[in-house]
Parts: sequence; structure tokens; C-alpha cells
Amino acid sequence: MAKNNKKAEEPVRKNGLFEYAPAPESPAAAGDIATSYGHFIGGEFVESSGSEALKTVNPATEQVLAEFAHGTDEDVDRAVTAARKAFADWSALPGSERAKYLFRIARIIQERSRELAVLESIDNGKPIRETRDVDLPLVAAHFFYYAGWADKLDYAGFGPNPRPLGVAGQVIPWNFPLLMLAWKIAPALATGNTVVLKPAETTPLTALRFAEICRQAGLPKGVVNIVTGDGRTGAALTAHPDVNKVAFTGSTPVGRAIAKQLAGTRKKLSLELGGKAANIVFDDAPIDQAVEGIVNGIFFNQGHVCCAGSRLLVQESIQDELLDALKRRMATLRVGDPLDKNTDIGAINSAEQLARITALTDAGESEGAERWSPSCDLPANGFWFRPTLFTGVSQAHRIAQEEIFGPVLSVLTFRTPTEAVEKANNTPYGLSAGIWTEKGSRILWMANQLKAGVVWANTFNKFDPTSPFGGYKESGYGREGGRHGLEAYLDV
Amino acid sequence: MSDLMPRLDVFKTYKLYVGGKFPRSESGRVYEVTDSKGQWLANAPLGTRKDARDAVLAARAAVKGWSGTTAYNRGQVLYRVAEMLQGRREQFAAEVATAEGVGGKKAAALVDAAIDRWVWYAGWTDKVAQIAGGANPVAGPYFNLSTPEPSGVIGIVAPQAGYGHSFLGLVSVIAPVIATGNTVVVAAAEKAPLPALSLGEVLATSDLPGGVVNVLSGRTADIAPTLASHQDVNGIDLTGAIALDGPGAAAALEASAADTLKRVTRPAEEPSSLDWTNPPGTDRLLSFLETKTVWHPMGL
Repeated sequence: MAKNNKKAEEPVRKNGLFEYAPAPESPAAAGDIATSYGHFIGGEFVESSGSEALKTVNPATEQVLAEFAHGTDEDVDRAVTAARKAFADWSALPGSERAKYLFRIARIIQERSRELAVLESIDNGKPIRETRDVDLPLVAAHFFYYAGWADKLDYAGFGPNPRPLGVAGQVIPWNFPLLMLAWKIAPALATGNTVVLKPAETTPLTALRFAEICRQAGLPKGVVNIVTGDGRTGAALTAHPDVNKVAFTGSTPVGRAIAKQLAGTRKKLSLELGGKAANIVFDDAPIDQAVEGIVNGIFFNQGHVCCAGSRLLVQESIQDELLDALKRRMATLRVGDPLDKNTDIGAINSAEQLARITALTDAGESEGAERWSPSCDLPANGFWFRPTLFTGVSQAHRIAQEEIFGPVLSVLTFRTPTEAVEKANNTPYGLSAGIWTEKGSRILWMANQLKAGVVWANTFNKFDPTSPFGGYKESGYGREGGRHGLEAYLDV
Repeated sequence: MSDLMPRLDVFKTYKLYVGGKFPRSESGRVYEVTDSKGQWLANAPLGTRKDARDAVLAARAAVKGWSGTTAYNRGQVLYRVAEMLQGRREQFAAEVATAEGVGGKKAAALVDAAIDRWVWYAGWTDKVAQIAGGANPVAGPYFNLSTPEPSGVIGIVAPQAGYGHSFLGLVSVIAPVIATGNTVVVAAAEKAPLPALSLGEVLATSDLPGGVVNVLSGRTADIAPTLASHQDVNGIDLTGAIALDGPGAAAALEASAADTLKRVTRPAEEPSSLDWTNPPGTDRLLSFLETKTVWHPMGL
């Protein structure tokens, strides 16, 4: 029977390529998701003092995954009090012992990485390929890296015996829920601070799962506290008078509001805000590699990346050739079920974000830029956006100036390296940039001229715990990662 | 003419130092500067918000050249400032003595310390990248390097309190910021601006390109908010923002700086208890630096 059927099953072709058979990851691997969650305070899961509950949905299906508490001022106060209480013992612990807790956490993350990857993909909408191969390995690596610093702080270059600040209030975004948690919690704990973290209101589940990991690791109660909620909870946390340090990753307007709120206090502040990176391609660049870099730069994580290469600056002489190659490549991107291991572009994180992307791309069209997307079927439910390219973009267009935070690439051209630098630097942001050329001296010259905290040359969107990350200008201040990342949590 | 007729001193007309030139204030006005006992010393130009904006323009224009010069060259220029100051040690000692009401010996010691501080920072220009940057051993085939870069134009509200604030304190806030390639607009201590204005004369003859340091005298309450809110200022040092106007003034300036997400150095909790002769450490050297990290693949 099977033999006879074989001939009948013609492989499906699309864009001249064979379609992949579905390769779904099991949602069950995410482990049990409770119907409702409270906060994690003082080492225990506790009920909120308020009655308001928020819902987190799977953006790929629009199904409600769980309810979780909206943290009230009182909840925040309880969490800060727990962190304050834990601070005395935690900061007094020898660094070598703190290190062991962090190493334990890193190991448990590795052990449970499949579970966490699936859960992250379900809650966030990002492809399992990325959570599995990018997010989770980096999350574990951050805890490993900062674990090693805990007993070596005297050698970090901030003078002998640098001291922790106290209680750190940390507010993180929804685009990399676990990675941002790791960026914030690992250095805070290594340096002897205790933490109250507020995850984003659309992606709280992996932070709450991380709380379980803290318990498995035997982390002393109150060292890590997680309070869920929306911006109101975040504002209550950053405003709390007993918080000594505020770390925020998110939008520039919110970062600006926090900086204002903290003016006149002694709270130390680090901000990692928006960006509008230029990805600059010269005529001598290796085209195929550049195309891969451009795709990775803007379509990685649905473009929900503050350092995404959202402005392609291409040298005029190779514009046509590059755009042809780019469109060819974009046509092969698979948009759909995030749990399918073949998926390149998953779901947009929320209806709200989808509306924002739609509004900005509509503005791009109405301002006269030319829009192009490959044809691709989108699932009936969930929040989706086709990978989109705009050509004929001028510097004044909103899509060239504003952060879209979606899979939308604006293409501009230049003739000379000087012009490329001027256009690249022509935003209030200064987070990242890309350069594609075979000429080494030009790379170094460009890297020097670009006002950006991270410059990727002949590559893009690479991260590592040893490598400092953070912006110039209105992309914020302070660095995360590396030795530099310690400074934000030390009294120096 | 009688031999007994005492010789009249030649008074000095103090002027602002902006863009390498010595303009009078755009306001055409001056204010009285007195010694610590209230005795008239001189009329200082009453710098205005417009003067502050002009100074920011000059500072911005100087960023490219100053940040682009070699660290070796910047070090030489800073050392040259120390040389020039050495020659005018007596003048500065007299100005510091009257400004702060300290004795001649103490004032001379404060000036010596200020000269030594220039020398110290001169030696930092070509070393700071080696302590603030480095190679990052990333897990992959990449060459990955972090280097510090200047933030750009920095506004400084000069110290108005603490032992030695009028000159040693002033030098302690300016020198580290320009050592790293930034340019500066400094609002001099409102009540003790004369050493700062005289420093302008020294800087003008020290091979320091015009616009790298701009010195304004006047009401701190006029000049500081302009610097804090200015779109083209990248960072603000509020060291002296507290003394005259109470703690609220520093908070308001910091809130204003938040609009453009400026890097802010806050005043000390007790500025009047500061002793500027203390070793400065590297804090101020690193305050207005950005870390740029460059990745490049390695392979054949």
C-alpha cells in the first residue's frame, strides 16, 4: 500500500523550493502552566494584595495561557521589604558562596532548557528555533559568566572592595523575557545586591518559572523577588523609596520618565532603551553574507529587538543587485507556528504591538515609500505580520526615524562612506550599527565614526555575556554584560 | 609729582572665555564679585542663557577636532596647561586666597595641587582606554573589542563649596572630562568666578583648541538650566548645583537633563564637606565616556 502511494504524493513546492514537513515541538514540554499566578516574594509564591488579575495569551493562538496578579503598591512594598531583609545576609556572604548559587542556577537552566524554551516560545510567540538555540544558551551563559565574577570583584577595575548598592528594582521588556532577566539578575546577585524584578505584562510566565529555579537552587529567601503587573507596577517599583538601584530596559519614553522620576534621589540608574540601527552595506561587501546579516538583523525575533538593523543603508551602485538577493531570501522565510522547528518568523507579541507596526507601516506607504512583502500564508488566529521591505525611503519618513519594533526594513541609499556615517548617525538613538565591507581600514574608520554602543562588522545581532552592550545618546546609559556590566550594581 | 604718590593698580576687566575668545557677556552687564569678607574685588561678566547657548555651539564645533586628536597629543596639551599655570602660580594663589578666604600659604598649596592635578590627568589621556576598554573573550569566532569614547559636549556646574573649590575643585572637574576627549561648558562658581575666568586666559595660551573649554560666569540659576535642558549637550556634571539654590535645584536640573537622557553626575550629599585635595580616583575620568563594542568575524 505504502509503496503504491509514494508516487501519488508529489512534494509540495513553493517559490521553487520544497516545502518542509511540519516539525512541531510538543507544547507539553513547557511543563504545567497554572491557571493563575501570584507573586514570588520572600521565597514563596504569594497572593496579590489586590484583586486585579491580568491575562497572558499565546500570541500565536490568542488563547489565554494563565492569569497573573497585577502587582499593587502594597505588593511592591512587600517585595522590596523582603529584598531589603535578605540584603544583609546576602551581601555579607563570601563572594565564593554567592558564586556557587549562581553556578547552580546556570546549571539548572541548562537542565531545564527545553522546558524553558518551549514555555518562552508559547508565552512570547518567538520561534522555538530561537528560544532553543539563542535565548536559553545565552541565559545560562550569563549566569555562568557573572557567577565567576562574584568572588573576583576586587579585580574588576573598580578599586579594592567595591560594595553592592542594596535593593535593585528591575523592569524588563517582553521581547527577550528570560534573557533580559538574566542580564539583570545575574550581575545584581554576583555583586551582592538583592532583586525585585517586574517582567513584562505580556510575558510573565518564564520569570515565574525562574522563581522555581531559584527555589531549586536553594537561593536564600528574598534574594530574588518577582512581582508581576503592567506599567503601574513598574512605576511603583522604580518609585519605591527603599530601592537603591533601578535598571530598566524598554522604550525611550518610559526610560525618560524614569530618569525624571529618579531625579534628586540617590538611586543609581541604568537604562537600555530604543534604537534605529543602520545596517550599512558597501559595494564590495560579500552579497550573500550581507543578505543573511540583513535578514538576521531585522527579522530575528520578529524584529522585536532594540538593536535590530531596521535601516538598511546600501551603497547606490549595488542597490538593485542587493535588493534582488534580499527579496529572494525573504521569500524563503517561513512565517507561522512558533513551535514548529522550521519557523523563521513567529507571532507578533501582542495585538497592541501588531497595531503599532501596522500604523507605522501604513504611515510609510502614505508618506510615499514603496512597500514589498513576499507572499506567504498567515495562520487564521494569532498576531502576524509579513516580513516587509520599504524602498524609496527618505530620512524624513517616520519609518526611517521611529522605532517600529517589528519585521519591517527601511531601505535608504548612500554614495560615500561620509554620507553613510551622516545618515547612520542621524537619529536621536545610538544603540547599534552594522557595516558590511571587505575593506578592513574602512571598517575601523566607520566603527570610529558611528555613534553606537555596539558595532557589528560583517555580522549582526551577536551577543555574549563577556561583551558589553548599551547605547549612546537617547538609547540610554550604562552597559550590560562584561566587566562593564558590574559597574551598574556597584558603589564605585 | 610727588614721589610719595602711591601707584594706582591696573584693574583687570574679567571676560568670559568662549570658543577660544574673550567676549564680554552678550547681556552687556556685570556683577560684583567680593572677597570672603564682602570687599569688592572685581566686576565679573554676567553671563546669560544666550552666552550659554553660544558656548555650547563652540563646544560642539570643537568636539570633532579634540576627540579626533591622538591621546598622546591631548596629554601634551594638558601638560602644557600645567606649565602655563606654574608660571602664574602667584596670581592664582592671590585669587584663591581672596575667593576662599584662606591664607597665602594655604592658597599657594591649593594652586600647587591644582597644577599637579593637570599633570596627573595629562598622564591619563593615553591610558584610560587601557583601563576602561579591552578585548572580550566571546564564545565564538569573533574579534571583539570594547573601547571608551567621549560622550561629546559636557556641561559642568563648577563646585561652589568644599575646601579648595574655587580653583582646585574647578580643575578637578574640568581636566578629567577633557582628558577623555570631551569638550566642556563650565558655569563658574557664582561667588568665586575669578580663578575660573583667569584659567580661561591660561587655557588660551596652552595649545588647547578654542572651544574645548568654555568658561562662563554669572548666575548659576540662569546658566545651569540652559545647559541641563540643551538638546546638544550630552552630559551634565551637577557638582556645584546644590550650594546656592538648595537641594531642589540639583533635582530640577537632573529632571531637565532627563528629557534628553543626558549622562548626569550628581552633587555630593554634603558638598561643603568635600576636600578637593583628596586623591580624585578614576570616577570623574570615566563619567562621560561611552563604551563602544565592535564585533568582527574571524576566519579564513
